[in-house]
Amino acid sequence: MQPSSVVVVGAGQAGCQVVSSLRDAGYQGRIALIGAEPQLPYQRPPLSKGHLTGKALRESLWLRPEAWYDEQGVDLHLGVRVTHVDRIAHQVQLSDGGMLPYGCLVLALGSRHREIPLPGSDLEGVVGLRTLDEADEVRDKLALAHHVVVVGGGFIGMEVAATAAQLGKEATVLEIAPQLMGRVLSRETASFLLGAHQKRGLALELGCSAAALVGIHGSVQAVDTADGRRLPADLVLLGVGAVPCTELALDAGLEVDNGIVVDELLRTSDPDIYAVGDCASAPCPFAGGRHTRLESVQNATAQGRAVAATIAGTPTTNDSVPWFWSDQADLKIQIAGLTTGHDEVVLTGDRSNDRFSVWCFAAGSLVGVESVNRPADHMAARKLLGRTPSVTADEVRAEGFDPKGAAAGAVAAG
Amino acid sequence: MAKVTFLRPQGLELVVDATEGTSVMQAAVAHGVTEVVAECGGTLACATCHVYVADEHLDRLPPISSDEEEMLDYTAAERQPGSRLSCQLPLGPDLDGIVVWCPSTQY
Repeated sequence: MQPSSVVVVGAGQAGCQVVSSLRDAGYQGRIALIGAEPQLPYQRPPLSKGHLTGKALRESLWLRPEAWYDEQGVDLHLGVRVTHVDRIAHQVQLSDGGMLPYGCLVLALGSRHREIPLPGSDLEGVVGLRTLDEADEVRDKLALAHHVVVVGGGFIGMEVAATAAQLGKEATVLEIAPQLMGRVLSRETASFLLGAHQKRGLALELGCSAAALVGIHGSVQAVDTADGRRLPADLVLLGVGAVPCTELALDAGLEVDNGIVVDELLRTSDPDIYAVGDCASAPCPFAGGRHTRLESVQNATAQGRAVAATIAGTPTTNDSVPWFWSDQADLKIQIAGLTTGHDEVVLTGDRSNDRFSVWCFAAGSLVGVESVNRPADHMAARKLLGRTPSVTADEVRAEGFDPKGAAAGAVAAG
Repeated sequence: MAKVTFLRPQGLELVVDATEGTSVMQAAVAHGVTEVVAECGGTLACATCHVYVADEHLDRLPPISSDEEEMLDYTAAERQPGSRLSCQLPLGPDLDGIVVWCPSTQY
């Protein structure tokens, strides 16, 4: 039976997808979408890419036009937070003093910056990049900056640093780990990117961390590294990852363990409350069924669609192949599957002309494919990962391996 | 402004006035044509903004790049002669009045 009302907390990519898919699935009850930020729900990926060079128009970031919410009968609460979930009374308390009853609650709370205890973090010119307001600040400051230091060699840090270098800024990335994007990329792809970015004028310092940010009159001037150097900097981006927003769930007594713990149907430990997107830790068929928290558009939208179908009356699991992308200068990086824990790789294509793929296997099974400027490999990989058995390392290694031909025989799993 | 007509799976027709310099994909998203999903926001990474351009407009289109060509082989709905990724169709005088069909699925 459909609940009489659905309240979605969090108006990012996941929350917006839930309300959209609920109506697509024919759900006719009351829907409320609550977002902490004042803007219409927007896309985040362009914020660290085209937005920084002013290429993207602000309105082009909206996930849906303003009129759409009315047309679809979605009650939009913007600039409002949920401060408390009352599970007994089935209602949420809003920061503007209001109360909203729910039949079914969906938590799409997202994630936020991982904080690092760095002296000088509060100086002018020290920024993070997650929200549209922050992206506007980074864009405006980047235009005027001369020396940009990025703390953290993850996706967002590398995208911003690559853009800074393209704009002719002196840009340096400090990464504490021995490789770039170490949590998500294979050694092969990470080492390629290191060389590729160096060739494009980026300074990359691996195994190097910031010890303090130094300022004059409240504005950042330099970054002191842990190994005793002082790097000039008039713009410092802190990009050391994200942590899930779970306070509301903890306060409500829901199970939390690196994200809000949900089952295959994205249900929390309360059957009337679901969680989706960055804040949710769900069993993942591409991680051997282990609970996994993914921060990506694909995960947000796929979970959003699944939970909407479930709430509308058709219990639906999310079995879609995870994928990610990052645009760094002229390098289009696309990842299909989850490559963590792979023990064998096969390279196809040509690293010397910046077009190649790294096929990652674990215990003989294809677990993920990282592609640089090879969109066809990426699309083929998404098909191949959705079926068992997939391709073997020997098949990929063989002369004349044709990903498209192999994928044509694949039956999509979702 | 450039006029774009979206023919939607339920038989609905939506004519929109779109800002020149944006793309057919952006026109769709800006007007709530949710059949054009555009998950990657127009960076040629996902193939979920697939449309079928009506036959009579095909010769006005910009050429298909090699990356778009590769992605078009993996659209969720069957590729047809009029298949394009709408993020690769910039709106200007050339495409004013273009008519596109939305496929029934992008996943």
